[in-house]
Amino acid sequence: MFSIALEHYLFLGAILFTIGVLGIFLNKKNLIVILMSIELILLAVNINFIAFSSYMGDLSGQVFAMLTLTVAAAEAAIGLAILVVFFRNQGSIAVEKINSLKG
Amino acid sequence: MFIYSLIFYFFSSIAVLSALLVISSKNPVHSVLFLILSFVNASGLFILLGAEFLAMILVVVYVGAVAVLFLFVVMMLDINFVKLREGFLQYLPFGALLGLVLFIELIMIFLSDKLTEMTLIEYNALPVFKQIENTKQIGSVLYTKYFYLFQLSGLILLVAMIGSIVLTLRDRTGLKKQSIHKQVNVEAQRAIEKKTIEIGSGVNV
Repeated sequence: MFSIALEHYLFLGAILFTIGVLGIFLNKKNLIVILMSIELILLAVNINFIAFSSYMGDLSGQVFAMLTLTVAAAEAAIGLAILVVFFRNQGSIAVEKINSLKG
Repeated sequence: MFIYSLIFYFFSSIAVLSALLVISSKNPVHSVLFLILSFVNASGLFILLGAEFLAMILVVVYVGAVAVLFLFVVMMLDINFVKLREGFLQYLPFGALLGLVLFIELIMIFLSDKLTEMTLIEYNALPVFKQIENTKQIGSVLYTKYFYLFQLSGLILLVAMIGSIVLTLRDRTGLKKQSIHKQVNVEAQRAIEKKTIEIGSGVNV
């Protein structure tokens, strides 16, 4: 209980990952919350990376977590840009109508 | 060690609770604010793991940039969020079941006492803290060993920047804009025009 091992961090990562997946399922209509759930999933991945890196004394996990952060930021920017364009065209952000993106 | 575990449980419980509130709060602005709280607590956990540089990066990039971007979009778009929440309770049982299955599967992997034997990698019982500070360590490998990875992340950011600019840029028709080219090319002869007007009829400009 009082010594925090690697499993504790993996447990936390699993909980956050599950919450993220659950968020995608529950907010099926709200694209913004889906994007936020994806951010939560990526945060869980980052926690796992850094926990492994720290408990193994290997730095490559932290460098890879930086790459994940970059990709997450780029994904958020492009996702929100698509969201804004979609809202301009449709007047709503309902995910059901999103198949109109294929033109 | 007691203090360490206390801080771990404090940060992780707040992170999990705020993550739950992200997906369940009615107002998306509140969701974004809880996302910020979750990320700040995760950065506290990173400091606990000895990754100070990434903790600071997480605060700067996420709380400073991504979350503010989310806030801007949520506040800018005029969306009826109540309508979007329809079906939240309808999907709850199935989603909860699926989440539970996924969670149990994830837990089964690393509670099976064979994590180290399966992967043949030795894990320490505690986080490894080196004498050199974390930022110096990352700096010493980021530009040498992981140089191409670093360049690749720069390229990804460039593509994301250009992509989002191209996506959101639009030509709006029906706007009166200043045309500098037209203004500069005005000649004196064409600037003033003489017209003879018949009595009782207007001028067509």
